[in-house]
Amino acid sequence: MSTILSVRDLTLRFHTFDGVVHALNGISFDVQAGETLAIVGESGSGKSVTMMSLLHLLPMPPARIARGEALFYTNGTPTDLLKMSRADMHRVRGAQIGYIFQDALSALNPVMTVGRQIGESLVMHLGMDAETARKRAIDLLDDVGIPGARARYRNYPHQFSGGMRQRAMIAIAIACNPRMVIADEPTTALDVTVQAQIVELAKRIQRERGMTVVWITHDLGVVAGIADRVLVMYAGCPVEIAPVDDLYDHPQHPYTRGLLSALPRLDDRSRRDLASIQGAPPDMMASPRHCQFAWRCPYVFDRCWKAVPPYYPAGKGHATQCFYDLENGRPRTDA
Amino acid sequence: MPDPATPCGADNRKEILVRVKGLKKHFPILRGLIWQRQVGAVKAVDDVSFDIRRGETLGVVGESGCGKSTTGRAILQLQRPSAGKIFLGDQELTALGEPELRKLRPRMQMIFQDSYDSLNPRQSVGQIIAEPMVIHGDQNRTLSRQHMRNRVAELLDLVGLNPNHISRFSHEFSGGQRQRINIARALSLNPEFIVCDEPISALDVSIQAQVVNLFKDLQRRLGLTYLFIAHDLSMVQHISDRVAVMYLGRIMELADRDELFDAPLHPYTQCLMSAVPIPDPKKERNRRRITLTGEVPSPAHPPRGCVFHTRCPLAEDICSDKTPAYREILPDHFAACHFADDKGGSRIQEP
Repeated sequence: MSTILSVRDLTLRFHTFDGVVHALNGISFDVQAGETLAIVGESGSGKSVTMMSLLHLLPMPPARIARGEALFYTNGTPTDLLKMSRADMHRVRGAQIGYIFQDALSALNPVMTVGRQIGESLVMHLGMDAETARKRAIDLLDDVGIPGARARYRNYPHQFSGGMRQRAMIAIAIACNPRMVIADEPTTALDVTVQAQIVELAKRIQRERGMTVVWITHDLGVVAGIADRVLVMYAGCPVEIAPVDDLYDHPQHPYTRGLLSALPRLDDRSRRDLASIQGAPPDMMASPRHCQFAWRCPYVFDRCWKAVPPYYPAGKGHATQCFYDLENGRPRTDA
Repeated sequence: MPDPATPCGADNRKEILVRVKGLKKHFPILRGLIWQRQVGAVKAVDDVSFDIRRGETLGVVGESGCGKSTTGRAILQLQRPSAGKIFLGDQELTALGEPELRKLRPRMQMIFQDSYDSLNPRQSVGQIIAEPMVIHGDQNRTLSRQHMRNRVAELLDLVGLNPNHISRFSHEFSGGQRQRINIARALSLNPEFIVCDEPISALDVSIQAQVVNLFKDLQRRLGLTYLFIAHDLSMVQHISDRVAVMYLGRIMELADRDELFDAPLHPYTQCLMSAVPIPDPKKERNRRRITLTGEVPSPAHPPRGCVFHTRCPLAEDICSDKTPAYREILPDHFAACHFADDKGGSRIQEP
């Protein structure tokens, strides 16, 4: 498998009137072609900001990228997404990388028919004429499971239900057959039965088109069903990255472990209390000088307060930012 | 008071605290600017009956628009029902006027989903939590300022907040802490019954677990009775003793938690359970899903017959003609489906 995206040391801050918010603190990860990478984290952990910053979707200012690079590979040649000009970025967004937003109602243009919004990128990126774009848009609507696509082409977003709007968003994102699709909490606002439909749809489309998917979510249940690998984020830090089975079986970061045992499960009838993580996420106004999870961590020891932990390998394709070796139940011994 | 409708098991001897009979809440759809006329009704809750036993947690689940919140509000008479009777103990709430109802309010409280909007931003935490005592205090006139301050501090401690934060304002707290303030306020009058309307839906996973544990702990210590409304099936499964599944204003199935989740009788319950992801990649990969097509129809125009028949994998002609009766199919296990019987007639064959 070849690498399609390689993010290194991405550090991003928001310069606000109240001070500097350290939204991302040195994010590094790779995305392999054809895989589904899930980015998991609680609100404010920086999971959406990471992917939005790559596509220049954040207003700058207040956002400012302090350092880092994001290499996007086309036929083996890397281009740094972060250094791209506006015009170049225009050619990448939609054509090379599709984006599915959480809130389809506010992401779609309310005064433009759904069909034309799908056709828009076809005309722009693929240079189709209006008629071909219309036909293709109807095919796409049909493909994402909207019944009566021909009639629905002329509908406005408010005439669609929540699930159908999300399907239309997916149609827009995949219209130009991009190599990578970023799905930013696409099912969070939906009911659970509709969520199941959208997840199935996304899986089918990925299988059929061999797309690379980065799926941003806070729902560890959804992740279990779709991801090949998982990146866990906490307070702007990538605390753990692992293949999905490994992450759920052997979480190597106390935060991941806490998160997994804090979840109630439908297949667990015991009445045990949920193992909660004490405290709340940290204030991100201060530049991190130590592990951001130290305040809430049950395994914290003096070293955790002295430096930000680097990535430690913890198995095949598994790395964690923690000074404590959870597997062996003792602090790591390296210098 | 034993319920004649349910046979006596060990649990059934428990006293019934809240009884809901034939509850309906219809919201009129009006047309016209000045001479408004009613052109229809949104049947938010349509003929719902159930009991809540003292000391238990009755979970109510369903998708958005199924009427679960309206049911909770109607029980507390925050919205007067269109029809039906509601009893708290032996008092019929639906027959009472506002002044009498107000006297009963200390016994029943509510916790809302949105912890931002349900706290007054201009009041300190102390004022917020003491307000119910100020309003209802004149019933016994024993609450001095000092007494109240002590009680607020005690409540803050009870819900896991620092009693020294009594003069802080709600914006100084995080989402989870704010929900704790809401809980403290609801507890300030020593209620018996609390309606929890999606109290944890807006919280992050790690905070959800803290608040759920607090709910369970308070129930153990204070003997509270909860109506716990949520859309998260896993969470309802975790916290409830009995569970009611709602769809388009009606209860589809109600049973003991273990029975409902181990042997669901209603096709909708089966579909709902099948749609919930399990945080275990190996199980997820081998799961066969019953995927429902379409979305919940509008409650302004609910389907004829069984409201679920438009999406039901088992639907036959009878389902679009006749509304299935909500009946007790197994002891203490209620369902509204033509095919539900004690032999598994409503089980969906897994694909």
